[in-house]
Amino acid sequence: VSTSTRPAGHVDTPPERNPGELNLRELIRWAWRQLTSMRTALVLLLLLALAAIPGSVIPQRDVDALNTSRWQEAHPDLTPIYEKLGLFSVFDSPWFSAIYILLMVSLVGCIVPRSFVYWKAMRAAPPRAPRNLTRLPDHATYRTDDGVDDVHERAVAVLKKRGYRVVTGEDGAVSAERGYLREAGNLLFHLSVVVVLVGFAIGSLFGYKGGVILVVGNGFANNLTQYDDFVPGSLFSADDMEPFSFDIDDFDVEWLEDGPSQGQARAFTSHITYRETPDAEEEEYDLKVNHPLTIGDTDVFLIGHGYAPVLTIRDGNGDVAYSGPTVFLPQDQNFLSFGVVKAPDARPGQIGLEGLFYPTFINIDGDPVNVMGDDRNPTLSMSVYTGDLGMDTGSPQSVYALDKANAEQVMNADGTPYRMDLQPGQTATLPDGLGTVTFEEVVPWNKVQISRTPGKLIALGGVVLALVGLLGSLFIRPRRVWVRARRDDDGTLVEVAALDRSGGGDVSGALADVVADLEGEPPVEQEEKT
Amino acid sequence: VTDAAWETLSNQAVAVCGVVYFLALLSHLVEWSALRRLPVASQATVSSGQGADGADGGVAVATGGEAVDEEAVRRTAMFGRLGLLLTCLAVAVHFVALVGRGMAADPNRVPWSNMYEFTLAGTFVVAALYLALYRKLALAWMAPIVVGFVVVTLMIDVIWLYDPVAPLTEALFSPWLVIHVVSAIIATGAFTLGGICSALFLVKSRAASKPTGYLARVPEPAVLDRVSYRLHAFGFPVWTFAVLITGPIWAHQAWSSYWNWDPKEVWAFITWVVYAAYLHARSTAGWKGRNAAVLALVGLATLWFNFIGINFFASGSQHSYAAPVEVLESAATPRG
Repeated sequence: VSTSTRPAGHVDTPPERNPGELNLRELIRWAWRQLTSMRTALVLLLLLALAAIPGSVIPQRDVDALNTSRWQEAHPDLTPIYEKLGLFSVFDSPWFSAIYILLMVSLVGCIVPRSFVYWKAMRAAPPRAPRNLTRLPDHATYRTDDGVDDVHERAVAVLKKRGYRVVTGEDGAVSAERGYLREAGNLLFHLSVVVVLVGFAIGSLFGYKGGVILVVGNGFANNLTQYDDFVPGSLFSADDMEPFSFDIDDFDVEWLEDGPSQGQARAFTSHITYRETPDAEEEEYDLKVNHPLTIGDTDVFLIGHGYAPVLTIRDGNGDVAYSGPTVFLPQDQNFLSFGVVKAPDARPGQIGLEGLFYPTFINIDGDPVNVMGDDRNPTLSMSVYTGDLGMDTGSPQSVYALDKANAEQVMNADGTPYRMDLQPGQTATLPDGLGTVTFEEVVPWNKVQISRTPGKLIALGGVVLALVGLLGSLFIRPRRVWVRARRDDDGTLVEVAALDRSGGGDVSGALADVVADLEGEPPVEQEEKT
Repeated sequence: VTDAAWETLSNQAVAVCGVVYFLALLSHLVEWSALRRLPVASQATVSSGQGADGADGGVAVATGGEAVDEEAVRRTAMFGRLGLLLTCLAVAVHFVALVGRGMAADPNRVPWSNMYEFTLAGTFVVAALYLALYRKLALAWMAPIVVGFVVVTLMIDVIWLYDPVAPLTEALFSPWLVIHVVSAIIATGAFTLGGICSALFLVKSRAASKPTGYLARVPEPAVLDRVSYRLHAFGFPVWTFAVLITGPIWAHQAWSSYWNWDPKEVWAFITWVVYAAYLHARSTAGWKGRNAAVLALVGLATLWFNFIGINFFASGSQHSYAAPVEVLESAATPRG
């Protein structure tokens, strides 16, 4: 067996690789090039758009928790699948994050090298004039009696006046370039996108958003226990909460008396007094929609209102089992409101009330109708339940729903469901010796939203810078112009050529303008003589 | 003048401008059908509006030797001018309709508080922008499409979206209403015109070039692409301003959070991303031309879907323009 067919020395070199085979380093470099290519960025952009669509169609937990849970109840089969896919919080989901993080990496990977290139290009002189200017797609020639040097001198003046950076080449030909800021705008835009995301991230990591329903006359101090609902950012710390407090002193609503929206609220104002810190002076503020109160980094918003009937429930023994305002939730634009009242301590049996509140009640042919949102004729119409209201189990229960699993509806003697219709000041005596219910009065409540969004000014600044950069990158036209004059038998032949580097501009127009300036009245010096 | 009279005036003005737009459309259709019989090189009106964008409105396919009917040329030119004149008139009446709508409300306000008014304002901007750019971008070829689009959209608006004049709901009562909505509507107008250019770009680059007919008089694909780019380049920063600056500022004031992932916001964001992709695609090898034009049309589809469609798809949007309902929904967050 002979190995002599193998050329000597070949044994020591590593086996030749197949084409297309990459080592790890090359693979990484290849992957990086792919990721930072414009094509990938485009695909990622489109993926981002596509990935956002489910977020607009499927209710989102962080946007509307109530609607989400309703949807989940209505679609028991889909819910577990959607839950796994993160479709109820699309914008926090791993796949959505993956897309925008890849996009950001791609963007930074594209922008940083470009910034270096730009830095060099910024300081580079305009490129030398090509040998044959008439070969460029946009060029012009004209004849003049002026000397070659005069023409070149004038070209320098004309182009400088038009904002070009101008150099004269060895053969005297003039090279000019303008529009350097286009690329700067482009870079600024892309960097600003990163700034916006940083601002947005700060807000969602360190901020919080919470809501509370307050009956007018009551107060609020900013700590966790006081909120009805609270959505903290993942790095939120309760120490960041500003220690302010406020009282809602009074609340005004202006109602529309006529027109197509008759009966709806036009303007509502909450008059509050607040302290920025426990030791601070008391100050007054009118809280309105579109008119939030800002304390430090925290904003307080009035976003809704409604009615809270004040009820007193005495049980069969004559003891007060419940007394106070109960928040009823509006069901429509005219503030027909639904609510429940629970008196678990009532004896002999627990008492639960469930029903509607009519701010302006009228009776039309035996049907109860609510005419408008103002409380002109407040009326309560409620059913009564007794038995076990499920409040002793220890598990949390919504204050807006009655657990009727182990409770039964109270009936009239004739077997029809008992219903009590009350107006302020009236008292109903419940059947079966359960007790009495007195409708004392009705007071308004306010839904107040409190949010702390650090980094919002960073985000805003980022978007504004992005817009500035965008304007620069879209409307600054990078352009090169060359002028060369040559002496021949008939005088001087001038060649002018222009090149638009953005591919959207009107080069021929710009060229015509430059030529007109060159041919026409010479600029500065000549004018002074005349 | 009472509010009711203003409202009547507005409604009548909408009807009148609809009729005038329709007459303008007819006039342009007569013009273009007559032009079918004329070779491209002989017609003067359509390419007359040469502007900064240079290139001829039509293809220079001179079918030499054929006798050109001077009378026919004159007649088509007349119908073209008549169509343009009628469009101007309709835009003026359209403006009256908008003013009347604003004056009819108490207190007087900008006329964009519901879908009907948005669409009324949006179509106005499309038509007005077309007239404003008619010379600069040589848009004569676009006349039947723009006017047809405006007529159809106005009809949809009046038939399905009409709402009587109502005062602003509390949440809309803000100076940002003017800034935010006006910029969104202007961007919508520019994107719509740009989208028409892109659509024609696609059609024209596929169609075989014939010496006569409508397509022969549409500018060359390269010109269409450039006009489309310029319209989008104008629309995109305005859209950015509307959606990513004024929108969040106002949302922060009214809804306590500058970005809520509300369906309307999500779709405005999607539109922004698609148009950003369009601008990138135009300068990327392999995406230039056809793919970029397709992206522009996708952007336009998301834009108009967001403008009208999303209101019917997603419930509980804070942009549903029936403000109290949303307040109630959020008030009802269960507590333990």
